[in-house]
Amino acid sequence: MTTTNEVDQEPERTGLAALVYDSKARSLFFQGVLAIIILAMIYLAVQNAAQNLADQGKEFGFDFFDRPSDVQILTTFGTWLIGYVPGESTIFDVLKLSVANTLILAVVGIFFATILGFLMGIMRLSNNFVIKGFATIYIEVMRNIPLLLQIFFWNAALRLIAPGPRDSGTFVPGLLQYNTKGIYGPFPITHDGFYLTVIAVIIAIGATIAYGKYAKKLQESTGKQSPVFLVSIGILVGLPAVVFLITGRPLTIEWPNFVSEGPMLRRGFERGIGSYIAPEFMALFLALTTYTAAFIGEIVRAGIQAVPRGQSEASEALGLPGGLTMRKVILPQAFRVIIPPLTSQYLNLTKNSSLAAAIGYPELVAVFAGTILNQVGRAIEIVAVVIIVYLTISLLTSMFMNWFNNRVKLVER
Amino acid sequence: MKSTLLTIAAAATLTAGAAAASTLDDVKAAGKLKCGVSQGLPGFSNPDDSGKWTGLDVDMCRAVAAAVLGDAEAVEYVSLSAKDRFTALSSGEIDILSRNTTWTITRDTDLGISFAGVNYYDGQGMMVPANLGVSSATELDGATICTNTGTTTELNITDYFKQHGMTFELVALENSNEVVAAYGAGRCDVFTTDRSGLAAERLKLADPDAHVVLPETISKEPLGPSTRAGDEQWNKIVRWTLNALIEAEEYGITAANADEMMGSDNPSVKRILGAGDNDYGAALGLDKDWAAKAIKAVGNYGESYERNVGVNTPLKLDRGVNSLWNQGGFLYAAPIR
Repeated sequence: MTTTNEVDQEPERTGLAALVYDSKARSLFFQGVLAIIILAMIYLAVQNAAQNLADQGKEFGFDFFDRPSDVQILTTFGTWLIGYVPGESTIFDVLKLSVANTLILAVVGIFFATILGFLMGIMRLSNNFVIKGFATIYIEVMRNIPLLLQIFFWNAALRLIAPGPRDSGTFVPGLLQYNTKGIYGPFPITHDGFYLTVIAVIIAIGATIAYGKYAKKLQESTGKQSPVFLVSIGILVGLPAVVFLITGRPLTIEWPNFVSEGPMLRRGFERGIGSYIAPEFMALFLALTTYTAAFIGEIVRAGIQAVPRGQSEASEALGLPGGLTMRKVILPQAFRVIIPPLTSQYLNLTKNSSLAAAIGYPELVAVFAGTILNQVGRAIEIVAVVIIVYLTISLLTSMFMNWFNNRVKLVER
Repeated sequence: MKSTLLTIAAAATLTAGAAAASTLDDVKAAGKLKCGVSQGLPGFSNPDDSGKWTGLDVDMCRAVAAAVLGDAEAVEYVSLSAKDRFTALSSGEIDILSRNTTWTITRDTDLGISFAGVNYYDGQGMMVPANLGVSSATELDGATICTNTGTTTELNITDYFKQHGMTFELVALENSNEVVAAYGAGRCDVFTTDRSGLAAERLKLADPDAHVVLPETISKEPLGPSTRAGDEQWNKIVRWTLNALIEAEEYGITAANADEMMGSDNPSVKRILGAGDNDYGAALGLDKDWAAKAIKAVGNYGESYERNVGVNTPLKLDRGVNSLWNQGGFLYAAPIR
């Protein structure tokens, strides 16, 4: 005790010397210097950019958003959602279209990557040698090959296995057909009164949730279990079905039209009839999903292994079957470890979708930061918009996952 | 991948020396010319077996390097996609863009670049597999079309189909090799680009003879080199180098006889070569024999044409409209005097 005191004792200083040796003043000084350097660099960059723009006779501004866009863009989800027509739509519409294409890819990719990833993670912990081996090989192969290469692989592979543009193959029997030009399926066309069925679906979902809560309460107070699953299915299917039939089935299904005769160019699937998925979307979806699933698999395995062994042993001792142990005991606890790194993977998948530019899927980078940048030449404005869009998507994803994380945390009592 | 590239490009715009000296001084100081070329377009800019870039557009860079630095080999080639080319030029990554680029008003005024002239008069054409049985572009209603993104072809094809009341689907790819692959695999019914490009890219297909180029030329595509906007001197150097190559053909000056022609009696020839008291280089900031150096390095325009894209090359493009004005073509260079 006394020795440390002796060491800590500082010689008395006054004036500037005291300020130099005051740790608080010192840190304030260095932070101030750093702030000035950063501000100076930002100022220089902005100044430079302004000067360069002036030299080239360019102006900074977003007025080009209102210009009409004359470019034809590959038909995808975004085209359908925005109703894009070349020559009539504006450049802002192209931005919306490309953001929609990025989002649909991200959402669908995240959904399936999560399912596949959890499956792989759990399989990797299996006692069955074959299952475990398969999952291990899958994860190691997928996460060790660069994503861009995988995208090219899927793009080329789809072209190789698909029948030629004048032929058709069956992708999902009775539902989806495909050739090198894309995947073709049924498209629902709604008529007057279909909104009643939609309302019925919403009511049914509400009723299911309410019933679930009631059943849980009942079980907690009386210990009686209700057939939640069966009743929910009954409500979800039954109510909309009845409404749909009463309103006179206001829905027709449009099937793709395959032309096998006439001029060669007309043969194959007719454009604009039925629903259509571009092969570029499919290649990206497969690449992003299988690639990200490998990482999610590892995260899930780590999360499950982080739950102490005693938990599953205790659950076994209570007589809970394996599946129920996993669902009710292990996973809820593992989630706390899984969620934060899972969020990173979701963000990665979203950002990786920008690799789509390589194979021509019209997403944000390919169309907006590519084609449009080339037409209007506003590099700084366009790159800034692209950065802001990605930032917004990422922050929203993070917010949602943090909210979910907190919810999972609250389960702990 | 591309996002990083663009960000770098944007960052380059942000940080590129504001008080930049003239491009000429920069090139002289660096001792080499940074030239933006394609990702491999046979006849125009394409690396040969030994990795050496050759082609009509490459000759343009070599000629400028010879005129400015006295060494046609002092060129650093930067391979650019159609999409990235303008940003690369306006941000200072390259000194001259010589990449089969169409001269349009938007590009000349909006993109921060200036065109220096036309070194190939082209037009957009379409190629289809012969077994489609299509003999005219007007029969293409409903076709799927592959092209390069960031090109004028993207816009022309939309205009053409709209004019003719036809619909189509466009697959726009960034790398021209990917476009050929997509077309070859049957992803598209039609491959469209400049006619010279079709002749070149066709060679990459598995069976070049199984494809036909349709007769319609749907646009004017004057292809030429461009420089960064705001540096008029540098633009003029490129423009007059091109003019010198064309004039050289007109007056029969070739790579082989340039030295001999110095003693010619024809005043026009002497003016081009800077023989005697003639010194047109000084006003450009160059030596008096700048044009002679360029001609000795790559030959006159006709020599360069025949060597790279002419009838004796795999591209088999005859001179057509790219003949001299006095031989029925469009090439009419402003005189050096």
